[in-house]
Amino acid sequence: MAEVQEQIRSLPDVDKLIKEAGFDDHFHELHEGDKYQSGFFSKYIFSMDHKIIARQFLITGMIWAVIGGLMSLVFRLQLGFPAENFSWLKPILGKWITISDAGTGSITPEFYYAMVTMHGTIIVFFVLTAGLSGTFSNLLIPLQVGARDMASPFLNMLSYWFFFLSGVVMLFSLFLSTGPFSGGWTAYPPLSGLPQASDGSGTGMTMWLVSLTLFVVSVLLGGINYVTTVLNLRTKGMTMWKLPMTIWAFLVTAILGILSFPVLVSGFLLMFFDRGFGTSFYLSEIFIGGKALDFAGGSPILYQHLFWFLGHPEVYIIILPAMGIVSEVLSVNSRRPIFGYRFMVYSILAIGFLSFIVWAHHMFMSGVNPFISNFFVIFTLIIAVPSAVKVFNWMTTLYGGNIRLNTQALFGIGFVSMFISGGLTGIFLGNSAIDVQQHDTYFVVAHFHIVMGVAAMFGMFAGVYNWFPKMFGRFMNDTLGKIHFWGTIIGAYAIFWPMHYIGMAGVPRRYYKFDTFQAFGHFATINKFMTIAAFVVFACQVVFIINFFYSIWKGRKATSRNPYHANTLEWTTETIVPGHGNWEGNIPVVHRWPYDYNKDDREYIPQYVPMSPDEKDESH
Amino acid sequence: MTAIIILGILAILAIVIVQIGKLSELRSKIMGEEDINYQNYDLTGKLLILFMIGFLVYCILSAYYYKNWMLGYGPHESASIHGKSIDSMFNITLLFTGIVFFVTQILLFWYAYKYRSQKGRKAIYFPGSTKLELIWSIIPSIVLVILVARGLIAWNDIMADVKPSDNAIEIEATAFQFAWNIRYGGPDGLIGTKNYKKISATNPLGQDWTDVKNLDDFNADDIVLPVNRKVRVRITSKDVLHNFYLPQFRVKMDAVPGLPTYFVFTPTKTTEDYRDELRKYKEYQAPTDATDPKSEPLWKSFEYELACAELCGKGHYSMRRRVRIVSEQEYATWAAGQKSTYLSTIRNTDEDPFKGQVLDVEVKQRRADFFSEVDKIIKTDSLIGKQSIKLNHLQFESGNDKLTPDSKYELDNLIELMGTNSKMTVELAGHTDNVGDAKANLELSNKRAAAVKDYLVNRGIEGGRLKAIGYGQLKPIATNDTEEGRKTNRRTELRILTK
Repeated sequence: MAEVQEQIRSLPDVDKLIKEAGFDDHFHELHEGDKYQSGFFSKYIFSMDHKIIARQFLITGMIWAVIGGLMSLVFRLQLGFPAENFSWLKPILGKWITISDAGTGSITPEFYYAMVTMHGTIIVFFVLTAGLSGTFSNLLIPLQVGARDMASPFLNMLSYWFFFLSGVVMLFSLFLSTGPFSGGWTAYPPLSGLPQASDGSGTGMTMWLVSLTLFVVSVLLGGINYVTTVLNLRTKGMTMWKLPMTIWAFLVTAILGILSFPVLVSGFLLMFFDRGFGTSFYLSEIFIGGKALDFAGGSPILYQHLFWFLGHPEVYIIILPAMGIVSEVLSVNSRRPIFGYRFMVYSILAIGFLSFIVWAHHMFMSGVNPFISNFFVIFTLIIAVPSAVKVFNWMTTLYGGNIRLNTQALFGIGFVSMFISGGLTGIFLGNSAIDVQQHDTYFVVAHFHIVMGVAAMFGMFAGVYNWFPKMFGRFMNDTLGKIHFWGTIIGAYAIFWPMHYIGMAGVPRRYYKFDTFQAFGHFATINKFMTIAAFVVFACQVVFIINFFYSIWKGRKATSRNPYHANTLEWTTETIVPGHGNWEGNIPVVHRWPYDYNKDDREYIPQYVPMSPDEKDESH
Repeated sequence: MTAIIILGILAILAIVIVQIGKLSELRSKIMGEEDINYQNYDLTGKLLILFMIGFLVYCILSAYYYKNWMLGYGPHESASIHGKSIDSMFNITLLFTGIVFFVTQILLFWYAYKYRSQKGRKAIYFPGSTKLELIWSIIPSIVLVILVARGLIAWNDIMADVKPSDNAIEIEATAFQFAWNIRYGGPDGLIGTKNYKKISATNPLGQDWTDVKNLDDFNADDIVLPVNRKVRVRITSKDVLHNFYLPQFRVKMDAVPGLPTYFVFTPTKTTEDYRDELRKYKEYQAPTDATDPKSEPLWKSFEYELACAELCGKGHYSMRRRVRIVSEQEYATWAAGQKSTYLSTIRNTDEDPFKGQVLDVEVKQRRADFFSEVDKIIKTDSLIGKQSIKLNHLQFESGNDKLTPDSKYELDNLIELMGTNSKMTVELAGHTDNVGDAKANLELSNKRAAAVKDYLVNRGIEGGRLKAIGYGQLKPIATNDTEEGRKTNRRTELRILTK
């Protein structure tokens, strides 16, 4: 540490450098008597400041994560203890708990399926899309590219409030007398298209569609902003090859979102028509509720194409920001440049591109022409190559490092471990021949929970622990953070690892109970174990939440502006929690890529430090 | 009250968590942040190694514990031909990914431990290497090419439709909330057309009865299939998406309303064979009913099952059907014993487009019934001359001796019988009910018996071999008090006198 202190002294003074050599955009002359910051409402509620909006996304995302997590506990209770008496849940869940004559309360199948559906929808969209990309794209894009704010702060604000509204609609749908939508988060018609098919397919489904349509508006408003900001508002000297990995990840994520979410909305629109106006886009030759319906000529598979044209890029929309965050966190905390920076960028671009031509691997067994599947198998398995490149690069980033094993680094390492475990099972499922047996079994549940559920959550945690000082000027407690980490990683593997075996045994997902079938009824003990593990993991998240809110007000204060000795621009702002406009005077000018760690005798060289004449520029 | 206690406990827990946090901050203040950090990194590094060992041991032990559930192992071997290729693809992939899994997890945690921050350590500067990047792009690519190639060969093989030379059985599975309807093509082997608009209480599939292929189709409770014969399952749905899933056969395909799908497979193990396999494994020697140790062991009560594997509503988890794989012979016997849906529920009702007509199948059936009765008598000498055969389908116009046109088929059977047994003599006996004058009835029955004889003589049967006699109302075989009974009594009987 003493050496480090020595080197810091040898670094030029930030303020002085920015003042003298920074870029003057006359921000303060133009923003005299700043209208964005005047009152409580404009500062904290309808704020146009990207950092406040980031915090809004984060906290809203956390609330949804708790709701989504609690839902998973409810259906895990049913799966682990199907014969148990749940009458104690009656005061909370009301009519969704039926009491038998013997006084045994049980969770109704309708409610079980509603919980499964809502859990998926909420975690995928509200937590891992809005909560992850919304939070960190907002927080980091302007700060790391050296911009005063987003290209359009107003649209950025709208983006949050559309998300909020979408959440309100979804929340209200939980309290419908017919229950929320219960046909799975993918909402395949005809189950989702026909109110006769299921209680939740009535008003619950209508609200689900409304909510997610609002959500797409939010994603698009945010995405357009992110892309524009990265492309147009980079500070002087910040070429594309000088962008941190986070920004590359957010940029590709935003592009994926802009290109894929509108397709989902078009899918929803056709669904609205089928549900409300008697069209037959998705419905054909249906006899239900004792009646033959008039729909003819539609194809339920069309919806699946439209859904997965979003749905597959969506899983990369979830995982790419986590990858970016982890790349940054691992690099900073191992005091080494991210290994193979350009290859990391190329692999993100490759993954982003490939994610658009693999969607039908979700539909191998849906009745699409088996010939088509050949292409989707090939493209799907090609994705394993850039993914493998990323994993090897993360590992090599750790190699030879001086790794500060703090909480964020642990979550970064945990992310890589999860990404390996879950990514490898993708190679099974992407191969259509194996998918014949494994499709819609617990093997799939294990795969995607590990690779995009837990891994993305880990990326999010790494980001929260890492940038907490930038958001709130204080640190989160590291000991509690480590308790949180160990509980979560052990618990998550305890929940999801055994699901592989259950899946190999052929047990289908989305079963309310297993005793109807001889073949599926062998796993009562391990189901109990997984349920208990789920409760433990949830309890560990309570530790996180307490740590989070306690630290906002009572955490250890960040005293230095750049506590991690990081190179990126967010650590150059004059105050620890920047106000509107981010830099009070000039914007720093960038001279180098963000990964000059231990390059020479300097332990780290921030991006604003000019190159010495004899230095090799890694970004060229 | 409980709520207050729970809230209290939660509050205490929250305080404990906060205090742990405070304590750790205090400790680092006292000991100096730098030292405590190095101590922490050290401990955390060791914990990472401990975790890695624990995790990998957990992976190995759990895999060993669940080995009998892995595809292609022990009792979890596939019971179909194509299933073997799926299992082997799975295991090849498992081998490759398993190696990668262990190597990468070990290196990841080992690096994290080995290069944990320590006093005086300086990180190396090594920002990238194109050579390394190429190595770890090309090696995975080669492995993936192998997996893709093998996978696609298997896939296209599995998905190939049947050829006429396959001599495949076609069955139809129709899913609906929340059960299955299984339809066989019947003796002609062809499944008839259907239209969802025709679905009704008596016609659950909406079969089109004007399509003759439908007339012999039958519905079965179980899916019964012969071993080692190719089966093409036509998969359809009446309402929402379902999925036709046979776990032991590695069969899975969505049932889509409006878009029939199919899956072709060949079962290789009969239910009995599979039970014998299971018998060897301890977990299948446990009693079926855990509370009753005397109940059948699991292997004995094992059945193949059909399940639904696409969320279809609140009853999704309960769409079970039993599947029985039997020998070819057993299958033939079973299939012959199944009654066509049309004949058992639709025939001669208002829904029947062929009401009042005699169908080819019926003619065949009548012939078969007739000769099976004849055979019984011929084979047993003691019945000759004693036992009569009631000619159910020989009818006269009301009140006279004119044969109805539909009687032709039964008469054809008689001609065939007399033709093949050139020495046989028979008695043709007319009977009536007791309506009207007994004498008139006797006369009518005589005339009717004679009409049958005349018909046969005209068709070349020697008159001397035929004895026509009328018994009038003297020999009723049922009560004359009901219309049903009287109808039974109005009859013509055949009695074989000599072989």
